[in-house]
Amino acid sequence: MNKTEEYQNEILKKIKNKERLNIAITYVMVIAIYAIVQGLVTTGNISNLLKGILVPTCVYVIAAISLNLVVGFSGELSLGHAGFMCIGAFTSGFFSKAVGDGLPDGFRFFLAIVIGALFAGIVGMLIGIPVLRLKGDYLAIVTLAFGEIIKNLLNVVYMGLDSRGIHFSTKSSMDLGLESGGKKIIEGALGISKIPKNSTFTIGVILVLVTLFIVQNLIHSRAGRAIMSTRDNRIAAESIGIPVTRFKLMAFTVSAALAGMAGALYAHNIGKLNTSKFDYNMSILVLVFVVLGGIGNIRGSILAAIILTALPEMLRGLSDYRMLIYAVLLIAMMLFNWAPAALAFRERVREKLPFGRKKKEVE
Amino acid sequence: MAVLDINHLSISFGGLHAVDDFNVSIEKGCLYGLIGPNGAGKTTVFNLLTGVYKPTEGIIRLNGADITGKSTIEINKAGVARTFQNIRLFKGLTVLDNVKAGFHNHYQYSVLSGIFLLPRKRQMENSMNERSMEILKVFDLEREAGLLAGNLPYGKQRKLEIARAMATEPKLLLLDEPAAGMNPNETAELMETIRFVRDHFDLTILLIEHDMKLVSGICEELTVLNFGRVLAQGKTAAVLSDPEVITAYLGA
Repeated sequence: MNKTEEYQNEILKKIKNKERLNIAITYVMVIAIYAIVQGLVTTGNISNLLKGILVPTCVYVIAAISLNLVVGFSGELSLGHAGFMCIGAFTSGFFSKAVGDGLPDGFRFFLAIVIGALFAGIVGMLIGIPVLRLKGDYLAIVTLAFGEIIKNLLNVVYMGLDSRGIHFSTKSSMDLGLESGGKKIIEGALGISKIPKNSTFTIGVILVLVTLFIVQNLIHSRAGRAIMSTRDNRIAAESIGIPVTRFKLMAFTVSAALAGMAGALYAHNIGKLNTSKFDYNMSILVLVFVVLGGIGNIRGSILAAIILTALPEMLRGLSDYRMLIYAVLLIAMMLFNWAPAALAFRERVREKLPFGRKKKEVE
Repeated sequence: MAVLDINHLSISFGGLHAVDDFNVSIEKGCLYGLIGPNGAGKTTVFNLLTGVYKPTEGIIRLNGADITGKSTIEINKAGVARTFQNIRLFKGLTVLDNVKAGFHNHYQYSVLSGIFLLPRKRQMENSMNERSMEILKVFDLEREAGLLAGNLPYGKQRKLEIARAMATEPKLLLLDEPAAGMNPNETAELMETIRFVRDHFDLTILLIEHDMKLVSGICEELTVLNFGRVLAQGKTAAVLSDPEVITAYLGA
């Protein structure tokens, strides 16, 4: 091996190690948080209120990471993420309730999660094909609309199961024409009730790790480079032969599937499901996690989701001041995250301060 | 045989004939210059060549194959790569990843082998890394491989754009004002690099440039455009001494 090659390998090694470290830190962070929380739970140092939000926190973490794939890495603003969570929740809930005791609990839950993710992914792809032709604000508006459409469609769906198979109606559960002994599963606006509560904190964290595995490996691969190059400069990406639309669609589909997984986890936590939960507010909430954590920053998404889910519950004792503190925290996170725009903002502010650091001269 | 053969290429936007009856034939290995005053239609020719615009008339042949009206992606796969007048790098990616993005269609592995870290991913990534470092070395950018492309100084950004284009393994390289914004030293260095790239990678290069020193220094043949029409064509020295060219472009 000659000298230049040695030198090149050294540089490559440095770059690779930095990348590996970056990936590893995220896993370690999640596992450490899990260990701490689990420790608190076993020693009984955690209130029941907080115990109740452990799984929902996992749901939001997964949703935030998956939305970050679209918003941060693919560079498209999507406001319909709750729609995909809704699909995942309903399909997995339907499956679990339809199968009932036909399969062992653990295996049934596993299949339910896979089905939730699969259906959400398929719907994501079908919506993505027309929608991703749009850019910027238009895309945001249309994804918002699709999120609401999904919610409202599921609102009028009645489905039941008897020995003749699955029955479907959009009018009422009476119209299903079930045999005696058949069971109603989805009851329109009432949604699905009595879904087996299989979700636990441990399973939630495992799913968070699965999500991290998929997203981190994806963005550090050929496909990830294609996705990010499309975000940075669409025209240049096409000029080097990258099929831009295909990779945008892929990011959107993967993101929808992971949101579906989050939805499945959610459905099997609360047991009772209706569409009203998956409205516009939830999409915005998840987007808030992504933006406050720093767009394109996965660790930031995780931390923002955890803090902003846990905080309102922890502040319950302060009653009147609760939302005030929450709002101040939102502003603080906006100012102190690691998004490039936030960094630039801080740089500008520093320049103006009399005692601040002066901007470095650019060559 | 000519690498690039353009016949009767025309495009009009509304009533404006941005490019009108443009003909050129570029031999393999040639360093060909396209010059002309601002708004003469030079970049439009590039956009027609790379499929950004579809011509209203005319045929473009690359090594004899008709590439007229094909998409940007197909044309790149056929062997045409370009740089841009206003730099278009992937600013959020590292210098290394910018070049690796250029290898997109040359070292392929599926999304699943990417996610599940299958052996094929590692093989392809390793070959890509090696090849990318080779290219970066040519442009003296290997030390900056780990930096974000957006943090490079201007001159290096220009070079990185050429490096990224080279990764697509083109037969024909289109450079749109590669020396824009460079000081005389950087321009001189760039001239050396362009010549070296042409010889080293066995390329044909078509470039747009305003810097007359660069044009007369490295271009072997020239076409002068004015108001979308060819004003003069031929060997550099002959074209630059053409009285019509001098009045139209260089100023009396």
